[in-house]
Amino acid sequence: MSNSDSPQKSTGLHIGEAGPGCKKTDPMLIIDHVKKSFGGLTAVDVEHLEIPKNAITALIGPNGAGKTTLFNLLTGFDTPDTGEWEFLGTSLSGVPSYKVAQMGQVRTFQLTKALSLLTVLDNMKLGAKNQVGESIFRALFPRSWRKQDAEIEIKAIELLKRFKLDTKQADFAASLSGGQRKLLEMARALMTDPVLVMLDEPMAGVNPALTQSLLGHVLDLKKEGMTVLFVEHDMHMVRHIADWVVVMAEGKVVAEGPPETVMNEQAVIDAYLGAHQDTDLGVVTGRISIIDQEKDK
Amino acid sequence: MDWGTIINNTLAGLLTPTTIAFALAALGLAMHFGFAGLLNFGIAGFMAIGAYGYAISVLTFGFPWWGGMIVGIIGSILFAILLGVPTLRLRGDYLAIVTIAAAEIVRLLFLTTAFTDVTGSADGLFGYNNSGGFTSANPFPPGSYGWGPWTYNSETLWVLTFGLGVLAVCVWFLWALMRSPWGRVIKGIREDEEAIRALGKNVFAYKLQALIIGGIFGGMGGIIYAAFANVSPGVYVTSITFFIWTSLLLGGAATIWGPVIGAVIFWTLQAFLSNILPELALAGILPVSGTQAATLRFVLVGIGLMLLVIYRPQGIFGDKRELTFVK
Repeated sequence: MSNSDSPQKSTGLHIGEAGPGCKKTDPMLIIDHVKKSFGGLTAVDVEHLEIPKNAITALIGPNGAGKTTLFNLLTGFDTPDTGEWEFLGTSLSGVPSYKVAQMGQVRTFQLTKALSLLTVLDNMKLGAKNQVGESIFRALFPRSWRKQDAEIEIKAIELLKRFKLDTKQADFAASLSGGQRKLLEMARALMTDPVLVMLDEPMAGVNPALTQSLLGHVLDLKKEGMTVLFVEHDMHMVRHIADWVVVMAEGKVVAEGPPETVMNEQAVIDAYLGAHQDTDLGVVTGRISIIDQEKDK
Repeated sequence: MDWGTIINNTLAGLLTPTTIAFALAALGLAMHFGFAGLLNFGIAGFMAIGAYGYAISVLTFGFPWWGGMIVGIIGSILFAILLGVPTLRLRGDYLAIVTIAAAEIVRLLFLTTAFTDVTGSADGLFGYNNSGGFTSANPFPPGSYGWGPWTYNSETLWVLTFGLGVLAVCVWFLWALMRSPWGRVIKGIREDEEAIRALGKNVFAYKLQALIIGGIFGGMGGIIYAAFANVSPGVYVTSITFFIWTSLLLGGAATIWGPVIGAVIFWTLQAFLSNILPELALAGILPVSGTQAATLRFVLVGIGLMLLVIYRPQGIFGDKRELTFVK
């Protein structure tokens, strides 16, 4: 695991002034005029957005800002009303989600999707791409897939070791804890050899000790040459590992830039972070003064 | 009470062409529901199409018996595609609604007098086993075979042998598929199809393949049933679908042998109840008439099915961890 104290930040990602829709030196995803409404509600309305390659980009914003919807649109799980977007120069509009995944853009889900009644190892093996034995005709002839399956198993066990799940490989995924399922989902996503990993709230519901190791894993992805785009509400994590931050509110991109600058912008603080982001929760809610008063009595 | 006859009839239920036909249909449901998670409530429709496909192509188009059986299988494949293409992109519940309706449409089409020349309407079809050459393909010389309750004439023995052969091939086929990476994807789809889609698998194609494979098994079940009895629209009613569901859940939905053993247990139990209940009524132990007693067994089947899904949802052979209804 990497040393999570001082992760190496990528810089020089953008061209010109950092602001909503600014150009990137080496973009992986380019989004143009993507709009999605649910009835009268405009969930996503992104004019222009570029996601830098080989960097960790955080997507933040208040609840209902359209972060997850944007995720669904980009991965083909939902179709936008208008707009187009490119992934490594290929247009992805109208491409079904499984093809998007085959192109190397893998995602995880906000509500973890572990395949409960499959073993942890089978969960992992499902992630591997281009499996011969997944064709119904070749499936009947084990000779055609056995060797590949053994190779996939070795790779899966290696990844499980990295994520400290190797002792659980024979257990059903249903027996894992919530945090372990998050790890499994991330490990399974890596089995697809992705170039872009999209994580939807990887830290939600994970205990502080596990957060540390998850952070390490995310940083490792960048080290291995992958690009990461993640949605997160944990601002400490965002500040710590993100190279670039995109802030959304009411479906629009309202700010973007390196974390240090963006998270100090007044618009962002007003819209999302709140004025008291670094103060103790007890002070914010006014409970501390009450407790102090009670103590004085 | 004549215990000798009751026991004899019950034991005979262990191995009959009907048992084999229902084991095949339950195997098809195991593919659909147990492994792929597709809620198919129209398995009777698949059986009807297999049976009518066989009988009609022999009687109306003069096909040989094996040609007719192939037509029956192709018919069930087409039925699976017809059902699957519009519904598999939707949530699973929709498939359940569509299949139950489609099976009824199929039955009513065979029942209507509009096509009496071809379908025989309410009378059904018969004589195709003779004219198609299935009976004369019998390798067993006439005579009596077997022992005790399992005494068969050569015709029944031929259907049994043929049926067991087909069942063995289908069991092997399902086993070979489910141990492969293809089977892993299918089980993954049962658990969460969005997760599988996110891993780059064409979920729709896999679901359609599973629907077709299970549909073939169901069609084969109908063909074996037709090879023994006449084809009659009164057989392929919705309650048959629920008998097959009971057999499947009894044995264990996500197992290979569960549906087969489940069908055997179910039909043996049916044979037992249909013999003992009228006897009990006759002896005055049950306060109902003989005919009421015979229908009472279906009430008991319903109660049995409820108890089964409440207290042992994984069936007899299922791993307690593998398939539970409550997630």
